Amino acid sequence: MRYLPLTDTDRSEMLAKIGAKSIDDLFVDVPAVAQLDGPIRDLPMHASEMAVERHMKARAAKNLAAGDAPFFLGAGAYRHHVPASVDTVIQRGEFLTAYTPYQPEIAQGTLQMLFEFQTQVARLYGCAVANASLYDGSTACWEAVAMATRVTKRNRAVLSGALHPHYAQVVKTMAQFTGDEIADSAPAIAPEADLDGLIARIDEDTACVVVQYPDILGRISDLSKVAEAAHEKGALLVAVNTEPVALGAIRSPGEMGADIVVGEGQSIGVGLQFGGPYLGLFAVRDPKHVRQMPGRLCGETTDAEGRRGFVLTLSTREQHIRREKATSNICTNSGLCALAFNVHMTLLGEKGLRELAAENHRLACLAADRLAQVPGVEVLNSSFFNEFTLMLGGKPAREIVRDLADRGVLGGVSLGRLYPGVEALEHALLVAVTEMTTEEDIETLATELEALVKETV
Amino acid sequence: MPRYFTDEHEWIDVEGDSATIGITEYAQDQLGDIVFVELPTVGDEVEKGKEAAVVESVKAASDVYAPISGEVTEINSTLEDEPGLVNSSPEDDGWFFRVNVADEGELEGLMDEDAYKEFLANL
Repeated sequence: MRYLPLTDTDRSEMLAKIGAKSIDDLFVDVPAVAQLDGPIRDLPMHASEMAVERHMKARAAKNLAAGDAPFFLGAGAYRHHVPASVDTVIQRGEFLTAYTPYQPEIAQGTLQMLFEFQTQVARLYGCAVANASLYDGSTACWEAVAMATRVTKRNRAVLSGALHPHYAQVVKTMAQFTGDEIADSAPAIAPEADLDGLIARIDEDTACVVVQYPDILGRISDLSKVAEAAHEKGALLVAVNTEPVALGAIRSPGEMGADIVVGEGQSIGVGLQFGGPYLGLFAVRDPKHVRQMPGRLCGETTDAEGRRGFVLTLSTREQHIRREKATSNICTNSGLCALAFNVHMTLLGEKGLRELAAENHRLACLAADRLAQVPGVEVLNSSFFNEFTLMLGGKPAREIVRDLADRGVLGGVSLGRLYPGVEALEHALLVAVTEMTTEEDIETLATELEALVKETV
Repeated sequence: MPRYFTDEHEWIDVEGDSATIGITEYAQDQLGDIVFVELPTVGDEVEKGKEAAVVESVKAASDVYAPISGEVTEINSTLEDEPGLVNSSPEDDGWFFRVNVADEGELEGLMDEDAYKEFLANL
């Protein structure tokens, strides 16, 4: 991209042309309180490139990066190995199309990739149809709730207490503007999720029940009973998955009767990337719900000569055509992250995904067994895939996480950080293990925890 | 049985207090291949001049307005699987829905067939 500097003459000519007195006139819509009233504090007006590099390097060195320490953080974002070939393939010129294919049928390569991606997601989730992706897992979760209200013409969503609190928060934020009623609660610290309690909250006004699988504490429940209970009341079951690798080992939510399955696809191909961009996955079990789905859908067809081709289909539901009556405000997708997912998943194949899942689970079992031996540490879960909850004696888990970091171990996510103010969760630590975790890492965590956790009797 | 037309290209047949509603030959031609029809639900109250259904072609979606107010008594559910009927037989097999006529006075101001033909000629 060329950098074209502007002179003061350029600026005044442009302002005169559009009838504005000053640059500030262009920002009258922005509340004064949100506008800078001078230069940014402590930011020099200019510095040499070398000085900036030195400064930024020094700041970066203060980070303890995921790859530089034994790393056990999960809670919705996981550190998996992404083969180098993924990055190489996604940067090929054939994929460097316009951000949005406005004439989508011209970009057959992009459409074929999206079609394959949709197929992968649908199979992974045990569903009939998946869309071409959404922004991330949490917004996909809201879109699922919104879709359930459209399908059932009801406006109450019951959220499981074991749904990721950030997901619940996104749902509640959006519901402020739609007037939908959101019923949620904090999770119960127990080896098994309280599905009966959740079922008891479903009533005749419920549009959907939202459960996470595996849940925020890492527990795995059979969702069939919740699905049945929801369907009896005319409600839909929305299942949320934040770790797609798990579905290489455990039954898909669609197979258990979930009507809408959504989640985060970051684990496959995307990497942690300091928190984004991530990849929202969205699928429906019953093809009859396809018109109520948000986002883009790519379809396969044949051209006038009978050759296979791909199209964006059912676009009439979308914002650029239906305006305020669109099924969703989303008419884009996370194209690059979806491509990375597609390439990584293709490299894995079904067998590879199963093997990857088995390795994750094997290492997680090693970790759980080893950590359970630490005095004052208790493994809560009766089931887990690659993430489980520890109950720690002594100090609150938040403080222990900080102490661990001081000792060069990134030991997990404290539930106290996810649920500020919920006392019952203060001593709970969420520990994630992936194929990137070594047995040495597990030993280091166990040793450091032992030093930090004083057994409370 | 008189048939009336609206300037939004809907037709309405009235028989006693029941009215059948669809879109005209001209409308289907303008829309092109119809791929989906979203119909009201039996029991819905439709209001004259307000949206009652949606027709979708491949690249567009158009609202269908109720030419008369009343309660929906029947819908043409064949259109769910065969939306193309609206193209092939818009003014017969491709009907949309039936309503109980609430107020016959609402029929005043609608066009008869000759008036509609003239209306089309001047478009």
